[in-house]
Amino acid sequence: MTVAAGVKTISVKDLTSKILNHEKLFILDVRNTDQFDDWKIEGKNVEIINEPYFELLEGVDSIKDKLPKDQDILVVCAKGGSSEFVGEQILEAGFTNVYSIEGGMKAWSEHLEPIKIGTLKNGGSIYQFVRIGKGCLSYLVESNGQGAMIDTNRMLEPYESFIKEHNLKLTHVLDTHLHADHISGGRQLAEKHGAKYFLPPKDADEVKYEYNQITDGDVYDVGDTTIRAVYSPGHTIGSTSFVIDDQYLLTGDILFIDSIGRPDLAGKAGDWVNDLRETLYKRYKQLADDLLVLPAHFMTSIEMNNDGSVSEKLGTLYKQNHGLNIENEEEFRRTVTENLPPQPNSYQEIRETNMGKIIPEEEKQREMETGPNRCAVR
Amino acid sequence: METLKTDFVLDAKGLACPMPIVKTKKAMNDLEAGQVVEVQATDKGSKADIKAWAESTGHQYLGTIEEGEVLKHYLRKSSNDEAKTETKHPVVATNEELEKKLQGNESIVVLDVREEAEYAFNHIPNAICIPLGQLEDRFTELDQEAEIFVVCRTGSRSDFAAQKLAQNGFKKVTNVIPGMSGWTGSTTTINN
Repeated sequence: MTVAAGVKTISVKDLTSKILNHEKLFILDVRNTDQFDDWKIEGKNVEIINEPYFELLEGVDSIKDKLPKDQDILVVCAKGGSSEFVGEQILEAGFTNVYSIEGGMKAWSEHLEPIKIGTLKNGGSIYQFVRIGKGCLSYLVESNGQGAMIDTNRMLEPYESFIKEHNLKLTHVLDTHLHADHISGGRQLAEKHGAKYFLPPKDADEVKYEYNQITDGDVYDVGDTTIRAVYSPGHTIGSTSFVIDDQYLLTGDILFIDSIGRPDLAGKAGDWVNDLRETLYKRYKQLADDLLVLPAHFMTSIEMNNDGSVSEKLGTLYKQNHGLNIENEEEFRRTVTENLPPQPNSYQEIRETNMGKIIPEEEKQREMETGPNRCAVR
Repeated sequence: METLKTDFVLDAKGLACPMPIVKTKKAMNDLEAGQVVEVQATDKGSKADIKAWAESTGHQYLGTIEEGEVLKHYLRKSSNDEAKTETKHPVVATNEELEKKLQGNESIVVLDVREEAEYAFNHIPNAICIPLGQLEDRFTELDQEAEIFVVCRTGSRSDFAAQKLAQNGFKKVTNVIPGMSGWTGSTTTINN
């Protein structure tokens, strides 16, 4: 990328490292205010302000007082063009350390950061791929040279480099449910690596491709460890959780750290409330308290551990997560069916893409995924 | 796809942000108040940004037509006379009065004197579109005996139009105030 003299660039990878290291950052977001209010970069020590680039075409005098003099200024826009433009204006106003975030929010939305969660009993590890910009979490289990992927995102490159680097043979690719907030890369990844692709059949009524059915109680062997399927409907009717190595519980979009899944994204909030209640208040209760819950999403950086990973013991969540502590069934029904946050952008089109009904071009897929995930209710 | 008549067409195709707005801003400076520009862009983000920019600067965002990869945005340069509230044509009606007449299926003509692009994105069903600037050349398209209700955005352009019509032998001319800016009745748009 060529850069006009002065404005430096920072990659989303470096930005992610800084955020995960809890560095103090100042970001100026120059997208329009609706987009900023909808979705923005967050972090424990991130200070972020918004002023649309089209208010700054003649210079940054109007916001000069809000910009720090003793700190780097990071500018972000939708794709990286306007941030560079505004960066130049900031330099002209006499500031020195000005960075444009390369690729803008588009790149931010697509960056995946692998973080090791822990080891497996018979050797091997489980990794969480944190899609920090969108709050999506996917998982790679590796044991004795074999690998399994769960809830794969659309961008396959980070997974493939990882698989290559660790010299793994991918055997299983699983989706906990038919996703509505992001496009699954699972089927494509499975095809490329000769692995089997699995989906819960109850979510797959309308899918247009061949897949392997996940049934409650199924056990998949991956190297020297196992993945056990636990049917856990409620976010979707097929939603299935996975217990890995008897240590980790992958909850998909059913249970998050500080919230629970919403039952309405397939248009059936009313029908699925009881399933969600049953899963959270009965089925999960029969599981061991010391399972480490690994969800498919996080909503805010508050849910992140110090190393940037997102996890918590099931027993702790039963004490602390509000959604697991609503005694009254009617109140629970109201909580998960009324006053829900807006649905994720393009969620219908995303579902149809995941069913194989439509195959949008890559650029269109990117655009569909823009914005926060919004799969939870608090 | 029909083409909307505008005063200026700006080609910003292939340009990424911020250039579509930088160019639009420049083009706007060269236009006269009340004139309409069509901005052709391929950057999908330009739609939300042009709209937000127009709101912030006081220009009127009329709408966007998507033609394959190309987004055609229509904007009207803000004009001071829109702020004028005093009108001279003696016969006036409120939006509600006009709406009642339309609902009563009375035999009336609604004449919309806004620019073609303004009309295209939002107008009263069956309204006739003759922009104020073309009215004098197109009197013959109208019936002098008809009951004509003239609308624009705020009641200002329609006031000029109503006066001109009255001076040229049209007998039953009513200016509708405020017009489309406050219209809550049914409308038609090119985008449906």
